[in-house]
Amino acid sequence: MTNFPLLLAAEINWHTVFFYLTSFIACGFALAMVVSSNVVRMAFFLVLSLAATSGLIFLTGAHFVGAMQLMIYVGGTVVLLIFGVMLTAQQAFISMKTKAGDWILALIVGGSLLALLTQIAFSVPAWRSSDYQARLQAEVTAAEEEIIAAMAADNRTELTAAEAAKLRPLLAKVKYGQPELTSQVGLGLVGVRVDKPELDSLGYSGYLLPFEIVSVHLLVVLVGAAYLARSKRSAVMQTPEGDAR
Amino acid sequence: MADYFSTWFPEGWDWLGWLLAAIIQAVLLLHVIAVGAVVFIWMERKIAGRIQDRLGPTRTGGKFGWLQTLADGIKLLSKEDLMPRDADPLLFKLAPYISLAASFTAFLALPFASGWVGVRLNIALFFVIAVLGLEVFGVILAGYGSGSKWSLFGGMRQAAQVVSYEVPLGICVVVPVLISGTMDLVTIADQQSGLFSNWLFFHDPFCMLLFWVYFTCGIASVNRAPFDLAEAESELVSGFLTEYSGIRWSLFFMAEYGSMFLVSGLAAILFFGGWNGPIPIFFWVPEGNFTLETLANLVGLGNFLLKAVLGVVVMMWVRWTLPRLRIDQVISMCLKYCVPIAAFCFLGSVLWTALHLPFLNDVMPMQARGDVREGWVQDIDNEMQQLEKRLATEAYELNSAVEGGPQQEAQTSLEEDAADRVALIPTPQPEGAR
Repeated sequence: MTNFPLLLAAEINWHTVFFYLTSFIACGFALAMVVSSNVVRMAFFLVLSLAATSGLIFLTGAHFVGAMQLMIYVGGTVVLLIFGVMLTAQQAFISMKTKAGDWILALIVGGSLLALLTQIAFSVPAWRSSDYQARLQAEVTAAEEEIIAAMAADNRTELTAAEAAKLRPLLAKVKYGQPELTSQVGLGLVGVRVDKPELDSLGYSGYLLPFEIVSVHLLVVLVGAAYLARSKRSAVMQTPEGDAR
Repeated sequence: MADYFSTWFPEGWDWLGWLLAAIIQAVLLLHVIAVGAVVFIWMERKIAGRIQDRLGPTRTGGKFGWLQTLADGIKLLSKEDLMPRDADPLLFKLAPYISLAASFTAFLALPFASGWVGVRLNIALFFVIAVLGLEVFGVILAGYGSGSKWSLFGGMRQAAQVVSYEVPLGICVVVPVLISGTMDLVTIADQQSGLFSNWLFFHDPFCMLLFWVYFTCGIASVNRAPFDLAEAESELVSGFLTEYSGIRWSLFFMAEYGSMFLVSGLAAILFFGGWNGPIPIFFWVPEGNFTLETLANLVGLGNFLLKAVLGVVVMMWVRWTLPRLRIDQVISMCLKYCVPIAAFCFLGSVLWTALHLPFLNDVMPMQARGDVREGWVQDIDNEMQQLEKRLATEAYELNSAVEGGPQQEAQTSLEEDAADRVALIPTPQPEGAR
């Protein structure tokens, strides 16, 4: 009986606790957003849900992606959304009534997406068990045993370069996840695949070109929008009132 | 700190140590905002008074009126918490907390001395900038939720202003990252240790110019005069604050002063060497000497706070000196001046760094930049060294056990070693506790 709190504290995986806490916040506010009928409240719930999602990403140790989520989704999109709502609203506190047909359609689309994602999530074998850290630790221990045996055989006290190169990423993985992955992803974007050197041929440009094309598209849209907004203004300016000013 | 506290508690209870460390850090950070607001409001009153040829508060709490903020706080607490009938109750009530929470969250990644930081992130700078942009959300919600046209106009103006000024701010912040090669704020500041010539402000002439653009954009993004259009008294009553009173109103102010401190602290780290003073203390401290390192960090903490507070004082000076800009002037200032100047300085800085042109730092002694690696690389290096020693001893003991040397000793030491190994293996800790 006296051991009970001790056992409890030892058994609790705090990472899991925080994971459930954050994911419940994310799901709860997502549901609140769907149920709510006031547009600005919906935007507010969406922000909280997205912020909780970025919390989930921070929990996995992918800090860069988490901060990106905060910057792009929570910061940018929602400010834009609010602009849209405020500029188009005819009266204060507009509320949206959803028709029954829309509900059914949305349920079908959302439900099928959920089913698809769930199936994908469960089809990856590495994601089905939660003993990731234990397996990683076992991997490190196995590598250590091997190196100890090799060192004992050669009677030396220092690691060879190959052994150090083998241990370093393992240690980094145990402690920090995979911090070097960010630069690998960045290099992959410009066409240098660290993980697949055989792809590193002359004509291979990675994802940079498609990415740039998409951003130029966005720029074109921006310029077009500015042009449309401007042409109206100049028509107003030609009226006598505008000339008088 | 958490590792140290964990040794206080019996086995299995070491999570209490982590919890304790987390609580201490959270309370300390909260006090940076709370006590900071108290001090800054008093300073604002005194500075405003002196600039306008008055004395400012003189009676409450002695000669300099330094208890004035406390009196203000008690007054605000005792005020009635009013809410307009037309307001959206949920948004109206939650908006101040959103602002304060965003301001507080940004402090998590802001270092106060070498390694003295709530959470040491690899991308701390990016995190701070991302969270700083969220503070505007509270203002927008307040503007919309108040159900008043003054508030709505204030919120809209604030949103337009912050969204536009994030562009030049982002460009300014990229240059120190480019020079130091990391977004880890601790590493950026550590690289500037040495004489003052090592500060990034003195890296090249473009950086000198860039700092002023950064500071202007910083003032604009924390909504201070001359950019305080969201609460322009002369046209909008009080902007988004019109319907707020009492404690909710003061929460907005705490968030604003917190952000001011954050922006000038960030300026101190990015351009003025953070905790590295004009005297190169951190250069003389021998590595691994805990007492001396802590002492140097304490001096560095004072140094950092001094620089950050100086930035806040300059913001107050600007506020009480310059007249408020019009909304079109604010936006054209951003798009026609700040963005082009920042982009020009960015290009200039890139060329200067790429061509290795000499500047102040190259004629001075004690260049340290480039010696400091990112946090996790250093950490793994240390761990590799420990591991090498441990593996070597284990291999030696394995050998002596096989060769039939002193069997007894080898046996006992192996057992001891097994116990050591259990203690030495880095146990995975929950991310949140860090």
